[in-house]
Amino acid sequence: MVETLTPHLPNLLWWVPLLPLIAGGIIAFLPDARGRIASKLASGALFVSCLIALAALACSLTPKEVEAFAPLTWFTFGDVALKVGLLLDPLSASMAAMVTFVALWIFIYSTGYMADEKRFGRFFGFLSLFCGAMLMVVLSNSLLLLFMAWELVGLASYLLIGFYFEKPSAAAAAQKAFITTRVGDMAFFLGMIWLYSQTGTLLFYDGGNGLLESGALASLAGTATIGGLSVSAAAGLLLLVGAMGKSGQVPLHTWLPDAMEGPTPVSALIHAATMVAAGVFMVARTHPIFANGGGLTVPLTACAWVGGITALYAALVAMAQTDFKRILAYSTVSQLGFMMVALGTDGVAAGMLHLICHAFFKALLFLSAGSVIHGCHGEQDIRKMGGLSKPMRRTFIAYAIGMMALSGFPFLFSGFWSKEGILHSAQTWAGGYGPFLLAASAALLTAFYMTRQALLVFFGEPRKPGVHHPHESPSVMLVPLYVLAAGAVLLSLIATPIWPWFEKWIDGESAVFDSGALSHGLGLIALSLGIVTVGVGASWMIYRKPSENSNAPDPLAGKLGPLWHFLERAMGFDALYEKAIIGPLAFFAGGVDMLERMLFVPLMGMAEGLIKGFGRLTGATDESGINRGFNSLCSELKNRAASASRSQSGRPQAYLRSIGLGMSVLLILYFWLSAR
Amino acid sequence: MTPLAMLLTLSSLMFTLGLLAVLTRRNAILVLVGIELMLNAANINFIGFWRYGPSDPALTGPMFVLFSIAIAAAEAAVGLAIILMVFRHTRSTDLNKLDSLHG
Repeated sequence: MVETLTPHLPNLLWWVPLLPLIAGGIIAFLPDARGRIASKLASGALFVSCLIALAALACSLTPKEVEAFAPLTWFTFGDVALKVGLLLDPLSASMAAMVTFVALWIFIYSTGYMADEKRFGRFFGFLSLFCGAMLMVVLSNSLLLLFMAWELVGLASYLLIGFYFEKPSAAAAAQKAFITTRVGDMAFFLGMIWLYSQTGTLLFYDGGNGLLESGALASLAGTATIGGLSVSAAAGLLLLVGAMGKSGQVPLHTWLPDAMEGPTPVSALIHAATMVAAGVFMVARTHPIFANGGGLTVPLTACAWVGGITALYAALVAMAQTDFKRILAYSTVSQLGFMMVALGTDGVAAGMLHLICHAFFKALLFLSAGSVIHGCHGEQDIRKMGGLSKPMRRTFIAYAIGMMALSGFPFLFSGFWSKEGILHSAQTWAGGYGPFLLAASAALLTAFYMTRQALLVFFGEPRKPGVHHPHESPSVMLVPLYVLAAGAVLLSLIATPIWPWFEKWIDGESAVFDSGALSHGLGLIALSLGIVTVGVGASWMIYRKPSENSNAPDPLAGKLGPLWHFLERAMGFDALYEKAIIGPLAFFAGGVDMLERMLFVPLMGMAEGLIKGFGRLTGATDESGINRGFNSLCSELKNRAASASRSQSGRPQAYLRSIGLGMSVLLILYFWLSAR
Repeated sequence: MTPLAMLLTLSSLMFTLGLLAVLTRRNAILVLVGIELMLNAANINFIGFWRYGPSDPALTGPMFVLFSIAIAAAEAAVGLAIILMVFRHTRSTDLNKLDSLHG
């Protein structure tokens, strides 16, 4: 079957991103009342592109050269031709299959979760746009096409985070996401222009002339710029800033926790498959530029440290949160930090593996969070839940699998192996132990806060005041949970050191079954085991008997004191930006306002007074001298003019219509006269 | 139909649609959208005449369009700001209600 498919792939592959985009376009024209049709159209389009993506994955399973499909010339500008195209290699094939598969189940879940929504159809239109844009990012063979799709992803996330735009907090969160990622996009754009001016191409692979191939890379490494950096290092740093914005790395992470304002399926999509994965994927895709020159390059070192700091920061903050979804949001930030650590320490395959495993279990966690919130009538505060494992047994099982995969429970769950791979690549990194230590402590905290969440939500007795009569969700919402849970477990088959199929495949080699490999990495596996045990154990000790009263303070709050509140406020990043960026801007605006009030208003007032005085003077002369004779004439004129002034309706469109009418008359007259 | 004729048909359709929106829509924002449509119809003409005319290598057509897009962006920003202020004053963007200049 693979042989028969291969020749058709170049044409078929375009349909993977195009189908959801087209579906989104059609839905835009459907009225809101046709929401059912919209959801079927969106899911159907995504289902077909999922099939194609899986077929493409099957075709790319045999290790071979990167396949760049015949680039299309988009436009010619003088001598310059800009080309775009698609690319099929293990990286893009695995990502496309993951995105379509995970998103498809999120779509199905949404048909249940959003059933009561009056803008149901519009929701699916946006979702389709989101997925289509992300698939374009993944499959693109050109940095330019990637950037355009990247911006579309940003637009769709803006629309979806602000889906409940009547709520001021949702509108603000949408703007925050849009503007914060724009900071990163600006850097990405500059890096892209720089690369283009240096190499004259934006195609990744182009038969030896591409951006990521030896010729262009050599010229990039050879040219030095400010501070002794090569162009590839400087452009790599700019690209990294772009990825930091999209993937929520410190200090551009503040938008991601606020993105919770969107509906829960959107959170699942943003955190798992579409939005934040784009930044990590972009770094993985342009990794040859980052690693250009060999050894410890500046952008890779920066990437590893940024990732390590983000991983630990977000894990610390997640410990002190009380909102179900917010904890998951910070855990995403933390896991993205892990992926960045992997990419920075030359573990591209480990990073991508974690990205894909994370997509499965994070989508699973968010969807079960949605199921819990749905069953608790919109309550999101974990302090008010408790004992939910009884009324929501099925959701609880799905959640437990996702939670164990995220915290890295040993052997059975994909998260354990992918995290172990990252720790391995960080440990063997030549640039020191910093990122490794950061990542290892973040892993410990991950186990800690996830256990806390599970204990507070599902175990113990229902707390008071709390949720009344929680209920289980319908099966249209439960089936996606089972599928994703199965994925979160089964993915570990391809990731173990015994049979490291995925890593070898990404690197273009074939894997061999080697049961001895387990013993080489035994130290690290033992360390991972120890980390999970300590994290879970500590959490169990503290939270095993939570207070019956949902207003009681957290047991840790008393021990940590002010530090706890510092963590609760996410280490004050929002307050800092408020003071450092918004403050000066508001001050400047206030200054301009003041200038206007103090200077221009009095000046205008003086001019006004002068003119008024002069007018009074002339008026008085007029009145006493000239007017009397005219008055009778004038009142007559006024009466006549009243009917004429009625045509001055004050409505600009009426005026425009008369202008149009007059112009048509003139044109007709003109043609008529010139025809004679 | 030649490609140029098709392009011109498209642009005149777009222009007419935009004009229709400007003349009939009561929401000020949609009128602004109509104006944008009319502007872009003109842009299509620029590109069309450049592409299917002598195709000046100095790229006069695309250059004009780049400028006009930049100006359109500025115009949209100013227009939206004005609409925003009008809305704050009158709590409405309905053009038929904004007739305080009537005779």
